[in-house]
Amino acid sequence: MSQTTPAIRCNGIKKVYGTGDTQVHALRGVDLEVHAGELLMLVGPSGCGKTTLISIIAGILDQTEGDCSLFGQDFRQLPPAERVRYRGKHIGFVFQAFNLIPTLTVAENTAIPLLINGEKREKAIARAIQCLEEVGLGSKVDAFPSQLSGGQQQRVAIARALVHDPKLVVCDEPTSALDHQTGTKVMEVLKGLAMDGKRSLVIVTHDARIFEFADRIAHMDDGHIERVEARAAQDN
Amino acid sequence: MFRVALKMLFGDRGKYLGIVIGIALASVLMINQPGIMISILKTVNGLINDVSGPDLWVMDPMVKNVDDVKPMQDTQLYRVRGVKGVAWAVPFYKGSTKVRMSNGETVQSVMVGLDDATLIGGPTEMLQGRLADLREPDGIIVDKAGAEGRLAKPSPQPGGKPIPLKVGDTLEINDQRAVVVGIARATQTFASQPTIYTTYGRAKSYALSERKMLSYVLAKAQAGESPEVVARRITHDTGLRGLTSEEFKQKNLDYMIHNTSIIVNFGFVVLIGFIVGAAVTGQIFYNFTLDNLRHFGVFKAMGTPDSVLRRMILLQALVVGFIGFGLGAGITGTFAAMKANSTDLSMTLNWQLLSASGAAVLLIVLMAALISIRKVMKLEPAIVFKG
Repeated sequence: MSQTTPAIRCNGIKKVYGTGDTQVHALRGVDLEVHAGELLMLVGPSGCGKTTLISIIAGILDQTEGDCSLFGQDFRQLPPAERVRYRGKHIGFVFQAFNLIPTLTVAENTAIPLLINGEKREKAIARAIQCLEEVGLGSKVDAFPSQLSGGQQQRVAIARALVHDPKLVVCDEPTSALDHQTGTKVMEVLKGLAMDGKRSLVIVTHDARIFEFADRIAHMDDGHIERVEARAAQDN
Repeated sequence: MFRVALKMLFGDRGKYLGIVIGIALASVLMINQPGIMISILKTVNGLINDVSGPDLWVMDPMVKNVDDVKPMQDTQLYRVRGVKGVAWAVPFYKGSTKVRMSNGETVQSVMVGLDDATLIGGPTEMLQGRLADLREPDGIIVDKAGAEGRLAKPSPQPGGKPIPLKVGDTLEINDQRAVVVGIARATQTFASQPTIYTTYGRAKSYALSERKMLSYVLAKAQAGESPEVVARRITHDTGLRGLTSEEFKQKNLDYMIHNTSIIVNFGFVVLIGFIVGAAVTGQIFYNFTLDNLRHFGVFKAMGTPDSVLRRMILLQALVVGFIGFGLGAGITGTFAAMKANSTDLSMTLNWQLLSASGAAVLLIVLMAALISIRKVMKLEPAIVFKG
């Protein structure tokens, strides 16, 4: 893990939903740095602002106050179309509910980020199959999501998140829909493939069983980061 | 991504078929009803279309349409012949008569009397016999629809199929004998009455006694003379009304449109087809988009530009529109083709009708797409993080 290059830098991030009496302060001033090659977990109780924070980090939500940059690029300084393009090129997503398209095959689902980035279909499918082989699903490329188990679907989602070689992968509760054994396997696959020294992973979770995979864990509560613990140091 | 859009569409078979069937049914209504209306409007001019040769129709000035015959005195024929620019003019009778069948039943029929000498105004297509056979004693020519339909001889077997009239059969018209000397193809009348052709002189004897018998004068403009100019001249010189065939057809159509509720009634059904099609299609298509909203959110989060999402939805809408319209037009076209040779009133399909209904379907799917696009454009991609 490199501790020199901040891949994500958030300073004083605040997010307020609604107006007037219905205002909800989801983030109340978050400062956070994630380094290239680092796996950071955001943990905390429901409603503490974890999902809001990764949405802002991933550029799909605007903060109300504060600065957030990804590899030196502040999303808010980009025009909307450019921001979408940047996201498509540099960020991979893994969702709690997998979010695979049921009418597409596993290979087609995996190829979607490449297709979004304008890759030719044949090339995209070939690269998707390669990724699926890496996550151990080489024999399932023509299957449909409904024919796969939960763990297999999440591995497809991991392949989809990595197929376009993004700089950042954000994962929202990637193991919460899986049993412990499957969840551990999925995390092994995720960490084994995603962590190449320059890519960062931010995982939102409250599944304590997977904390062991983190480099650091940021504990959130009521819109703040209360503390950040370095797992390696703690383990030692 | 467009292939992805199509796979999403075709993958949800229930909704895909629902939208396609909705559009197909709307298309059937929007093609079929105007098609029938056009056919009805065509029957209005059936007699004029069936009469070949003359390019001028001369009539009493009070005539409102071709069926609204105001008989003139026979001497009017000679006045028309005397107008400058008229090459020739012949008498033409159009009236109604009752034909008595062998079982005693009477059938109201249209009787057309042609100039005895020239037989101008006769049917253009003879299926049996010859037009000249009208010169045989008591000769009449019956149209195919009448011969096979209302004038067909009752079957000798109770409940059996009627036997179509053929050359040599006899009928009784106003207590007088009439011999079928030919069967011709003629445009079906709106009331589906048989059409009987005979000579002008014989028509007068078949018809009930009237002081004036001349329904129309059929005339031809001399070579080099404009039929319109000659028609105006006839009107001016004789006090009658001279119209070209095209003007007479337009007059009939105008009368039908302004004095009947045909446009309103058929238009209402077309409107219902459009509204139902738009409502059903719009609703199902919108539901389809709602069902896939999460996936559109995933696409958005993953960096799909809004322009691509708009085109994906538009493609889905256009594809179902195209397939639905093709199905609807195909069903209607097949039905029209099956009825094309029938003697019953069928429907007329033309490119204008197909273009107009196609445009209506396009409007329906574009509206459906716009509503869905609006929903997707307003979608926050952060929705994907909600389990």
